[in-house]
Amino acid sequence: MQKSLLIEPEKCTSCLQCEMACSFEHEGSFNPAKSRIKVFEFEHGRRAIPYTCTQCAEAWCLHACPVEALARNPTTGAVEVKEDVCVGCKVCTIACPFGTINYNRDSGKVAKCDLCGGDPQCAAACPTGAITFVDSDWTGYERMKAWAAKTDNQPRA
Amino acid sequence: MDYVVVGAGPAGVIAAETLRRADPSGAVTLIGDEPAAPYSRMAIPYLLAGDIEPAGTHLRHGTGHYRAHGIKVVKGRRVTRVAAKSRVLTLDDGAKVKYDKLLVATGSRPVRPPIKGIDLPGIESCWTLADAAAIARKAKPRSRVVLMGAGFIGCIILEALAARKVDLTVVEMADRMVARMMDRQGGDMIKRWCEGRGVKVLTSTRVEAIEKTKTGFRLAIGRRAALEADLVVCATGVAPNVEFLKGSGVETEFGILVDHGLRTSVPDIFAAGDVAQGPELITGKPEVHAIQPTASEHGRVAALNMAGVPSHYRGSLSMNVLNTLGLISSSFGHWQGLPGGEIAEASDPDHFCYLRLCFKDDRVVGALALGLTQHVGVIRGLVQTGLPLGPWKKALQRDPHQVMNAYLDLTKAVP
Repeated sequence: MQKSLLIEPEKCTSCLQCEMACSFEHEGSFNPAKSRIKVFEFEHGRRAIPYTCTQCAEAWCLHACPVEALARNPTTGAVEVKEDVCVGCKVCTIACPFGTINYNRDSGKVAKCDLCGGDPQCAAACPTGAITFVDSDWTGYERMKAWAAKTDNQPRA
Repeated sequence: MDYVVVGAGPAGVIAAETLRRADPSGAVTLIGDEPAAPYSRMAIPYLLAGDIEPAGTHLRHGTGHYRAHGIKVVKGRRVTRVAAKSRVLTLDDGAKVKYDKLLVATGSRPVRPPIKGIDLPGIESCWTLADAAAIARKAKPRSRVVLMGAGFIGCIILEALAARKVDLTVVEMADRMVARMMDRQGGDMIKRWCEGRGVKVLTSTRVEAIEKTKTGFRLAIGRRAALEADLVVCATGVAPNVEFLKGSGVETEFGILVDHGLRTSVPDIFAAGDVAQGPELITGKPEVHAIQPTASEHGRVAALNMAGVPSHYRGSLSMNVLNTLGLISSSFGHWQGLPGGEIAEASDPDHFCYLRLCFKDDRVVGALALGLTQHVGVIRGLVQTGLPLGPWKKALQRDPHQVMNAYLDLTKAVP
């Protein structure tokens, strides 16, 4: 059974441990600006929503890539960036309607959530259980995916 | 069933692969007029900049991809005629190819302005791998290069030429850079940014004539001035490759007119990508959107319909993202605004930061962003879903940078 990130914003205290863990895992530094998961605050911090890629079935980023630098990991189900193939054209960053694949100026490539190869550090670091890694058929997460379907204009065979 | 795809760019390759999946028993032939394996023109600037090898431009990697998918690839051949009644194509070597379903994905080609000397040998377009190789041979550090055209393609080449450390002058007829993807404010910021990094940018300037000199070229601009160049690169626009369809009955305007199923006016002939003029997402009017996402979406939908899987394409959304010497800009949909719509802008010219949102009624229909790289895709999300903004419209008019929060709150994407 593949697993997905389950986000329960009502448990989020906006402590940004997830952003710290993500940036450390991927960039080797504690730098929320480089995190692939991002906590968005509402009502002056009274409400917070951690947000990252849902590894959506449509994979707009993957289909928009001109050089096949994005591929789905068959084990984790995550869409991953092949850094050695990515030319840094950034088309995926405007094609993804969720804004969850972004350009990294330092590397000159794009970066997105890769579920840390199956052991997401954001979930491990979250002290309140706002981010957990659960079996994919768990509901709740389906809402984000439903939005992926609503924006879809790419019917599949 | 014999499926023939003409054009080996992204739309053609994606269509061929989709055909293979949708109809495993059909024969799929992909015809391209260049000698290389199917590649992405979008990657050429990175090849020219020296970031990648030629193989890095290939649309698909690994040997035998097409064979493994049962796709017959015909390289270096151009279709010269389509006989729609008998369903036969004629190639430039005289060979005939029969089809049951045909996809035209022939893309576009560079066009040059009608000025004296424009076709002198040594004036290069930057469109094919062969063009890139020719430019790479001549664009040496400190060589004087004049780039004609500061549109989207010109600006992408600009970046690559700058990376080769040439002495670069850009000449653009319009009053600003990337006039078709940036308004005055954004275009001016890009110009100022480029000038600050050593590129000479001449907007509202027309090259009147070009003549050969001992070592290179002299370009007459305006009444008296002239530019000396070792290399001239021409990026003055492109036009769809539709000429070979003459006599086929396929209706064209600027590109090939297609409906929501990517069908042309002739039964069993479809068109996709840069050559197709299909419905735009918001207005439904037929437009040519020569961009990768449209090519990819067109290719898939066309192939599904060809294979008998009814598929409806809502329409394409124009969008572009550009890197000019480190300044990143993007545009979405109707960034000029729609009649009766409203506009909100947040601008910080000193820091080269600009965000413009265009509304129509309760929706975002277009946007421009400069100096913004994080979560820009969500602007597409807002435009594509046509999400009614409700109270967020006022909030966005006050602060356009709240797009991500608006999207998250409105979609309840995270419950």
